[in-house]
Amino acid sequence: MPTTNQDFDAEALYRALLEQVRAGLASVPEFRDNAAIVGIHSGGAWLAERLAADLDLKARLGFIDVSFYRDDYARKGLHPDVKPTHIGFNVDGATILLVDDVLYTGRTTRAAINVLFDYGRPACIKLAALADRGGRELPVAPDFVGVTTTLANNQLLSLARDTSGQLSLTIEEDNADSAQ
Amino acid sequence: MPILHNNPQLTRNGELQHLLTIEGLPKAIINHILDTAQSFVGISDREVKKVPLMRGKSVFNLFFENSTRTRTTFEIASKRLSADVINLNIQASSTTKGESLLDTIDNLAAMHADMFVVRHAQSGAPYLIAKHLNDSGRNDIHVVNAGDGRHAHPTQGLLDMYTIRHYKQDFTNLRVAIVGDILHSRVARSDIHALTTLGVPEVRAIGPQTLLPSGLEHMGVRVFNNMDEGLKDVDVIIMLRLQNERMSGALLPSAQEYFKSYGLTPERLALAKPDAIVMHPGPMNRGVEIDSAVADGKQAVILPQVTFGIAVRMAVMSILAGGRV
Repeated sequence: MPTTNQDFDAEALYRALLEQVRAGLASVPEFRDNAAIVGIHSGGAWLAERLAADLDLKARLGFIDVSFYRDDYARKGLHPDVKPTHIGFNVDGATILLVDDVLYTGRTTRAAINVLFDYGRPACIKLAALADRGGRELPVAPDFVGVTTTLANNQLLSLARDTSGQLSLTIEEDNADSAQ
Repeated sequence: MPILHNNPQLTRNGELQHLLTIEGLPKAIINHILDTAQSFVGISDREVKKVPLMRGKSVFNLFFENSTRTRTTFEIASKRLSADVINLNIQASSTTKGESLLDTIDNLAAMHADMFVVRHAQSGAPYLIAKHLNDSGRNDIHVVNAGDGRHAHPTQGLLDMYTIRHYKQDFTNLRVAIVGDILHSRVARSDIHALTTLGVPEVRAIGPQTLLPSGLEHMGVRVFNNMDEGLKDVDVIIMLRLQNERMSGALLPSAQEYFKSYGLTPERLALAKPDAIVMHPGPMNRGVEIDSAVADGKQAVILPQVTFGIAVRMAVMSILAGGRV
């Protein structure tokens, strides 16, 4: 059993992530000039919204749902709640900060990259996540991450947002299915 | 009349296995299809108009009856889901050499078909195919009814519901009029079942007595023989195509006579609510059931129906073809 039983301070993790991204934006010229932010529904979209507001990139903010690109469709079927994908900027040549809440197997990231390429050819994609819980099944690594931790397969790390916009990150035991 | 607990289009867990009719389809499944379709609408505007959901799947279009629009939109929907589409030219195929329908199906199943999209002049043909596949343990093959006889045209019904929801948002405060040859129309039947399931409080059927089936009242439909009365204060008008062959069947005097009594003109449209929308499943007969000024007018949503139809068919196929947990 893992030793991490405490819940995380999602707001503190967000601030840490924001500072990393801000520093990253400042140091890479092409990132500074042609940056855009895309959040993966649902948790990544909330984070992307916050990042876009704090980094003054609201005009270049997009959201994607990866349901149509998931690799478990043939086993599990279509996700019952597909959210709209909206990318209002030109993906061709853009440097895109892809934002997810929890990085786990890497399969969601793979699907999200495929979505972006169906909109155009980005110059570069960087990956930001609030938490990296390990357990990668694909060669995917984050460029910016709030916290790195290790969780058991039957534990779920999930981000929630309350009505005032406050984020919270909690560990839940899931005995039915360990898929994130 | 299909019995609900023996509904071959649902799995034992109540999930959609085939789409054969809207009758008996739970409201939750209809809403799931409409919600999913909404996510597919944007894909047609993208640089790459495709998602990889049905990559490697084979969809067989079996059109035993002619249809250009429905077959084409199913083909486009399949291709935008990355499926391989095989169009069978039935007129030139084995069925004309005497092969039975189910033998044809068994042969195509042996070619590893994943889905059949079936249009047939006989009511119940898609049922027969679905039941045959279920009974022979081929639960991995799905059937979509693309119109069977006078019975059902579920994807048209669903795309009509999508269109109404797009323009009116809420079903529970609407008056919807269906006008024309309701007797022979599978579209009308599918629309009535869908409208009722989605909670539309008032569905009207307008047409000459010879073209209205008996028992409409039992489906909760208000019947009007006078079009002016029937159109009063409606929010949605669904015009049906008047099939030319009805003229010869002594059901109607002539196309001109029909237009005089049941053609949708700007004057008649003015009797409906000012923001009423006009729908038509196509193909239209201008000057028979609809005036060009209405068909091309601001209230017509006939071309958006076609566009939405692709997204709705993508939704249906992707829900069917996905795995079951």
